[in-house]
Amino acid sequence: MSVSPLRISDALLRRIQAHGVETFPHECCGAMLGRDSETSREVIELLPLANRRDDSPRNRFEVTPSDVQMAEKKAREMRVDVIGWYHSHPNAPARPSEFDREHAWPWYSYVIVSVEASGPRDTKSWRLRDDRSAYDPEVIESVAQSASI
Amino acid sequence: MAVKVIIPTPLRPYAGKQESVEMEAGNVREALAGLTTRFGELKKHLYSDDGRLRSFVNVYVNDEDMRYLEKEETQLRDGDIVSIVPSIAGGARK
Ligand SMILES: [Zn+2]
Repeated sequence: MSVSPLRISDALLRRIQAHGVETFPHECCGAMLGRDSETSREVIELLPLANRRDDSPRNRFEVTPSDVQMAEKKAREMRVDVIGWYHSHPNAPARPSEFDREHAWPWYSYVIVSVEASGPRDTKSWRLRDDRSAYDPEVIESVAQSASI
Repeated sequence: MAVKVIIPTPLRPYAGKQESVEMEAGNVREALAGLTTRFGELKKHLYSDDGRLRSFVNVYVNDEDMRYLEKEETQLRDGDIVSIVPSIAGGARK
C-alpha cells in the first residue's frame, strides 16, 4: 500500500499534545476520525478516550473493543472512518516501541506524542508495514484548518 | 451454516476491500479459517506465529464476545454474524 501524508489541522495536533500533558506522567490515548482515499488521508475529529491500563498507565495504554465500537459508531454518524489512534509516550521518544509493533494493526495511522514534565516534545505518525516487521514513518502535513464534514 | 463475517476497517485492504464476507462455517474456528483461506494476507494480522489468535483480535458472535461463549469452538447457526473487532494497545517501552 502506498502511504500518503496524514493531513491534520494545527488545532487538532495541539489537542493531542494537550491530552498528553493533561494525563502526564500517564499515557493518554484517543481515536482519530477522518477520511482515507487512495491519494489522501485527513483527520477531521478526535475522540479522547480513557486509558484502560490502570495497572501500568505510565508505559501502557489500551482501548477496549467496546470503546473501539463506540468510536466507530461516532465515525459512522459523522460519515467518516476511524483512520487511526493517538497515544503519548511520557518521558520517551515519539517512536513506536517493540510492544507497540507487536500490538499494531495495519492500515491505521498511529500518532505518538512525546511528553516531558516541561511539556510536549515531538509528535510523529507511523504506519505498520504489511509484513508487520516494522513501522514506517508517515509524514504529518499540518493544515491551517480541517476540511468541513 | 451460512454466516456473515464482518471485517474491521484496517483489514479490509487485505480482504478485497469488503466490509463483510458470507461463507459456510459450523463454528468460529471454521469461519476464521475460511476467511484466511480466501484472503491469505489476513493470516499474519489475525494469528501469531504459533497459530493462536492475536490478543488484540476480538471475535463477537451476534454481539456476544466469543471468550464468554465456547471461544473458537462456538457453534454457528444460519444467519449468525461473526464480527472481528480490534482492541488497540501499546506503550512506551517493555
Ligand atoms: Zn507507544
